[in-house]
Amino acid sequence: MKINPEYKELAWQGLWKNNPGLVQLLGLCPLLAVTSTVVNALGLGIATMFVLICSNATVSAIRHWVPKEIRIPIFVLIIAAFVTCVQLLMNAYTYGLYQSLGIFLPLIVTNCAIIGRAEAYASKNPIKQASFDGLMMGLGFLAVLVILGAIREILGQGTLFDGANLLLGAWATDLKIQVYQLDSQFLLAILPPGAFIAMGFLIAGKNAIDHKIAQAKPKKLEQAIERVRVNFES
Amino acid sequence: MAFWIASSPHNHQQSETSALMRMVIYATIPGIFAQWYFFGWGNLIHISLAIITALVAEFTVLSLRNKKITAQLFDGSAILTAVLLGISLPALAPWWITIIGSLFAIIVVKQLYGGLGHNPFNPAMAAYVMLLISFPVQMTLWQPPLSLLAMDIQLSDTFSVIFTGYTPQGYSVEQIRTHIDGFTMATPLDTVKTNLTQGLTVVESMQAPTIGKHFGLGWEWINAGFLLGGLFLLSKKAIHWTTPLSFLSSLFVCSFIAFIISPDSSASTMFHWFTGATMLGAFFILTDPVSGATSVKGRLVFGALAGLLVYLIRKFGGYPDAVAFAVLLCNMAAPLIDQYTRPRTYGHNLGAKK
Repeated sequence: MKINPEYKELAWQGLWKNNPGLVQLLGLCPLLAVTSTVVNALGLGIATMFVLICSNATVSAIRHWVPKEIRIPIFVLIIAAFVTCVQLLMNAYTYGLYQSLGIFLPLIVTNCAIIGRAEAYASKNPIKQASFDGLMMGLGFLAVLVILGAIREILGQGTLFDGANLLLGAWATDLKIQVYQLDSQFLLAILPPGAFIAMGFLIAGKNAIDHKIAQAKPKKLEQAIERVRVNFES
Repeated sequence: MAFWIASSPHNHQQSETSALMRMVIYATIPGIFAQWYFFGWGNLIHISLAIITALVAEFTVLSLRNKKITAQLFDGSAILTAVLLGISLPALAPWWITIIGSLFAIIVVKQLYGGLGHNPFNPAMAAYVMLLISFPVQMTLWQPPLSLLAMDIQLSDTFSVIFTGYTPQGYSVEQIRTHIDGFTMATPLDTVKTNLTQGLTVVESMQAPTIGKHFGLGWEWINAGFLLGGLFLLSKKAIHWTTPLSFLSSLFVCSFIAFIISPDSSASTMFHWFTGATMLGAFFILTDPVSGATSVKGRLVFGALAGLLVYLIRKFGGYPDAVAFAVLLCNMAAPLIDQYTRPRTYGHNLGAKK
């Protein structure tokens, strides 16, 4: 099966090159606030991904009928509708997680990553690509959330997947891994400053990897620049 | 034959960073000696642990950054940071507190910002605040002076408490801290603060055994030691007089006003000067040339702000002492202070009148 190169490009952009968490630095508020454990991060990441896919698909479906002048309010309304769905669903099925995410669940509406994708990509492209873009951007965001959550949970409490039963049901209590025993919690890792520091290290790590890749690549001959692309929109 | 004409300045000061740092480290000796005399070996062990960790961390980062290792490793700045951190830790804190604090101070606060001369925050104090926020239980285990302890703590006991949490006889830190009458003792600052919440006046709190005759058994001598070291630094012109003077007078004025208004609920001015980390902060921390303000006027504002903050946090805050927090807040304010207190260039107008 031949994969459409556009999908490949979308996946590369969403997961690595233009990652909403590490490169665009969008949606930092939930990213830093709720990633104290893996499970919280996973819950918010999945919710954000769901909203991103649905809003991208919807925005793309109605793109021909939306007047340009009032597109932003319309996008926000669409996003808010999906966030409400997610919130009600989580309230119904994962009440513990709903409570521990608190205000950050409804705040997905204001996540710039979502409206950014709606504006920059979904409103100009067909449904299939737009929803795939939503999936990839959502996955990239989810991955950053989970990695950050894992780092902070290991450093802070020495566990992994603590409270997985809140998300997955009672059987998941056994998923909790005690990485090492701490006499006392390392509070800095759990508090917001720890999130900023860990995030800084993650971004530094990504830049270091990019730098290594760029050095390993054989240098191409300089080509004459024919046109300047200001940002990624294709 | 040509004359070689040297350009100004003609009067050079030939001292290097390492000489300055060494002098500051020597100046801490009276204070550390007082600490050893009244509180035992704990802080000396923490200081040596911190120095070893700091040197290892500094070496690792310098080699990763391809810097000149021999020149920068022994310029004394890392050692000074470690000494200051070791002084400010509770004497019986567990060993990993020092290791984590030292690593954080050198790697995150100093080297990640670009190394010596580029750090916006004082590394020792940033590490202290990080530790206090992360491990509030361990970081508030202040040991009372040796003369008040029910048991005799020797060097070997201190070692074993720091590294295992228990003395060879099996006493925990909590038990060591307990007075012979069965109550836990705190620092003078803590004693006054808790007594105030229990409705006692300051005069009544001054009867507590931790306070002793004057302002805090042992603490007054530690502060006197750091004051002595600070005066030595002033006489050698290693630090400028502005910051300590304005810090101490600001703290004096604030506590004096409060004392005039309500003598029963405010400690005396000299109590504020000679307990906690006041003198250490005034002469060794706030005078850090990197993270403080630069001009004379700026340093006066910087010190006064620090004094005000120390008083406010001691009076209304929930933490045992305020110097570290005040220093960090002032470090943040330093660039702004510098911008508004820029000295007039010779020959230019006063103010920017157009």
